[in-house]
Amino acid sequence: MSESTATRAAAATPPRVARKIRGLSDRAIAWLFVGPTIFLLLAINIFPLIWTVRLSFTNFKANRNRPIEWIGTRNYERILTDSDIWLNMQATAHFLFWTIFFQVLIGFTLAYLINKKFKGNDLWTTIIVLPMMLSPAVVGNFWKFLYQPQIGLFNYVVGFFTGKDPSSFEMLGSVDLAPWSIVIVDTWMWTPFVMLICLAGLRSIPDYIYEAAEIDRASKLRQFFTITIPMVLPFLMLAVLFRGIENFKMFDLVVQLTGGGPGSTTELTSINLKREAFEKWRTGYASAYAIILFVTVFGLASIYVKALNKVKER
Amino acid sequence: MKSLKLASASAISFAAATFAGASQAEDLTLCWAAWDPANALVELSKEFEAESGHKMSFEFVPWPNFADRMLNELNSGGQLCDLLIGDSQWIGGGAENGHYVKLNDFFEAEGIEMSDFADATVYAYSTWPKGTPNYYALPAMGDANGWFYRKDWFERDDIKAAFKEATGRELAEPETQKELLEVAQFFQGREIDGQTVYGAAIFTERGSEGITMGVTGALYPWGFKYENTPGSYDMEGAVNSPEAVEALEFYKEFYETATPPGYTNSYMGESLDAFKSGQVAMAMNWFAFFPGLYADPNTGGDKIDFFVNPPQNQPGSTLGGQGISVVSYSDKQDAALEYIKWFAQPEVQQKWWDLGGYSAHNAVLESPTFKDSAPFAGDFLEAMANVQDFWQEPAYAELLLAMQKRMHDYVVADQGTAQEALDLLIEDWTEVFEDEGKL
Amino acid sequence: MSSFSVTDPSPRSKWFAGTLVILYALITMVPLAWIMLTGFKSPSDAISYPPKVVFEPTLEGYVNLFTTRTRQTDEYLQANPPKTWYEEIVREYDMVIAGPSKFGERFLNSVIIGFGSTFLSIVLGTLAAYAFSRFKIPLADDLLFFILSTRMMPPIAVAIPIFLMYRQLGLSDTHLGMILLYTAVNISLAVWLLKGFIDEIPREYEEAALIDGYTRFQAFYKVVLPQAATGIASTAIFCLIFAWNEYAFAVLLTSGTAQTAPPFIPTIIGVGGLDWPAVAAGATIFLLPVMIFTILLRKHLLRGITFGAVRK
Repeated sequence: MSESTATRAAAATPPRVARKIRGLSDRAIAWLFVGPTIFLLLAINIFPLIWTVRLSFTNFKANRNRPIEWIGTRNYERILTDSDIWLNMQATAHFLFWTIFFQVLIGFTLAYLINKKFKGNDLWTTIIVLPMMLSPAVVGNFWKFLYQPQIGLFNYVVGFFTGKDPSSFEMLGSVDLAPWSIVIVDTWMWTPFVMLICLAGLRSIPDYIYEAAEIDRASKLRQFFTITIPMVLPFLMLAVLFRGIENFKMFDLVVQLTGGGPGSTTELTSINLKREAFEKWRTGYASAYAIILFVTVFGLASIYVKALNKVKER
Repeated sequence: MKSLKLASASAISFAAATFAGASQAEDLTLCWAAWDPANALVELSKEFEAESGHKMSFEFVPWPNFADRMLNELNSGGQLCDLLIGDSQWIGGGAENGHYVKLNDFFEAEGIEMSDFADATVYAYSTWPKGTPNYYALPAMGDANGWFYRKDWFERDDIKAAFKEATGRELAEPETQKELLEVAQFFQGREIDGQTVYGAAIFTERGSEGITMGVTGALYPWGFKYENTPGSYDMEGAVNSPEAVEALEFYKEFYETATPPGYTNSYMGESLDAFKSGQVAMAMNWFAFFPGLYADPNTGGDKIDFFVNPPQNQPGSTLGGQGISVVSYSDKQDAALEYIKWFAQPEVQQKWWDLGGYSAHNAVLESPTFKDSAPFAGDFLEAMANVQDFWQEPAYAELLLAMQKRMHDYVVADQGTAQEALDLLIEDWTEVFEDEGKL
Repeated sequence: MSSFSVTDPSPRSKWFAGTLVILYALITMVPLAWIMLTGFKSPSDAISYPPKVVFEPTLEGYVNLFTTRTRQTDEYLQANPPKTWYEEIVREYDMVIAGPSKFGERFLNSVIIGFGSTFLSIVLGTLAAYAFSRFKIPLADDLLFFILSTRMMPPIAVAIPIFLMYRQLGLSDTHLGMILLYTAVNISLAVWLLKGFIDEIPREYEEAALIDGYTRFQAFYKVVLPQAATGIASTAIFCLIFAWNEYAFAVLLTSGTAQTAPPFIPTIIGVGGLDWPAVAAGATIFLLPVMIFTILLRKHLLRGITFGAVRK
């Protein structure tokens, strides 16, 4: 803290005082400016991470006073051989795959349509974007209300269009539908994100490429597959990266909607982790779990970024 | 380590301070669940404020988040709460982890006798290790899970006739669990006054403790036991006894055939909503809500009556209720103890019951007027005579979460059999006790 | 070429595209519109079947949001007639207003923690971004990536050691603790975004200033900062929105004193279960500022959500 105030003071110093620091080399100033940020991240991100690694080899419980025992890699073994945790991973994979699938599909379509530059497209784009800026916990909680059988608007609308009795199906309560109910809400919230990025991709394609294709008498369909898609692909992949990381961490929305139920059908890894860490207080075990998740997301993301860079180079 | 030191330090400081008797006006915060009785406590506490000069603030957390929030608060050594009305199962952790101040010396100094309070409540809410004279709370709110029903429907001739025709019995308060189900199934899907109604609202909540509290309502009457011999942690044959399997299958049948649609994740609030909106003929819920239900302008009064959780092989009700404790991290422990001293007085306890709280004080419960003071007062005494509680071990949260998962997987998500669910539960619990070094 | 461009869509496809997009926009707004409507319903209208679109609006949800109520005896109710319009609403249920609810406090916490962490992130972020943009820093790319990677951790995983650390330091459930934590999370966004904005400011301006006898600090303060003002403002709004919406840390690390609105709003209960009109009223009040900010930000939206990776 004191370091950051010092720099802030320096930044706002009147010339007379500043002259004293004039002697500082650019390098010193650079470290002075970057230092506080690095310090803060070390203190609140890296140090805790190292601590987590340490804890992951113990049987520590944060709600107990008993002595800590080193138990080697036992936590890791237990997690990786626990069939329930693999079910959580499957639920997470299902959620990840289908949210990304729908968001890319709808997001790209929307961007493509908006790029037709119809009148007022700016206004409508802004409106479409609203859901993704809102608090997932608050909005997710309200979706729970929309999903109520009978009184909920969602069931009523579905019933209205399909002729089904609105109280005959339970979006959040049935094992078959619950995994889809969370996909629907996440898609509703985050499709605009993919849309915005795709739109940027579409707009980055210079007109002359299409004009050249037109002169070559390439069909519209051919243009779409040989120009539009390859040019937008890096953007699309970036969007998928962001959504992938975010949804791997997914907690607030799903906790509010289903709390992981029914049974453990929608218990994503983050929800399970929260139960282990802050309800059962198996701190050591949960630390190992956290490390496994972190390594997974970091590893997958790194591989993906490499692929992304390859696509960009083409 | 830290909290242990804190606890002993605070125990010393409290001892010194109590006997010094110095008092200055403090701003005390009492934490409890957000429900009907909490409002009554706010009213009641106004007297304490007037008498003592201390100011009372309240932090009430809705039930589904209550355990989570408060245990997190205790485990972080927080100073939000000076007084905590914590759930009965927290007592083991509260005592062993040094969250709660031990009250023995204080009780002795102030002449507060635990024998003045109902035995079951002292055992459940105050003592750790269980049943030993080590007190960490004063029984504040007696509670058990009970039932209430639409008396006006039960008394209608057309419905009575239809019930007789369907079952060959008279429609009345059920005497056994199986009768309970029969009545519920009878109402399921029935048209009453042009509205489709359902059998009963039961607990199926996944997130906190809901489905466990509901399922045990069936398990206990069937004769479920946690251990073969108390204190031995040998659960094989007890937890998964044939009776337990039958009871669990019963609860699942109840859920599938006699509850309203969409009640897949329902607890206290949902049960109240279902009843108040006229959706169900019966509902299970804690006695704590009964005064409010009785006072409800739409479905209360003449339209409602109450009954104890029916027996099957034996009587048995799921215990609720809480004791009031002083949080060891508070720096206003003297004032907090003053509150407990005030709260323990028989007159205050009587007023507590009058306002809608469930006193556990014998002076109130044994008073000749008690039974007739409310339509559910007699039921309350009967329920409290046969209550059982969940594990109160320091590792109770792990035990509870395992049960929540296994029960919800089986009852609501329809996975596996009752036998498998209970076998898996034993595995989970064995693992917990092994980690605890108790097995 | 100008009157007829091959790349310009035909009026018909424009019309078609416009219709579809507007249709999607309208559908996507339904849940939000429903939240706002529900805020003005009575509890019984809110849970009526079929769902009511036309109803008699009432401020009951808002009254319930801001107050706590208790039941009172008939004698008391008769002896104390209601004095205000909001008392009257409560009286319909034979209740009286006992005092203000916690919503105000929680909302204020959101404001304090949101603005506090935004201010800190922007100050630290601007300095770091300037350094990364203008100076040769050894391993700059690695450092930048390190800063970004901190954002990949699941919040629950980060929360475990933070919980332990804050418990030791006494930062649990404090404003300072939450401000520091949100700053740490936001700083990666701030650095990445601001670096992009500062990169766009031509170096020549500063160099001219340096030649005129300004110090580095003066050049930074008097030349770069004013130029980067728009970028700083939009970065600030992004940081604010994150802190405003954050739930996982708030629910795990605060219990009362410093609890923000997102963990609080879903737990507003009435006499039975959730008081949906009050929840909707709270949600409306809480979501509106963000909606307004989003509209103000629309030009920089893309940049903000991609950490500056996509700029146009």
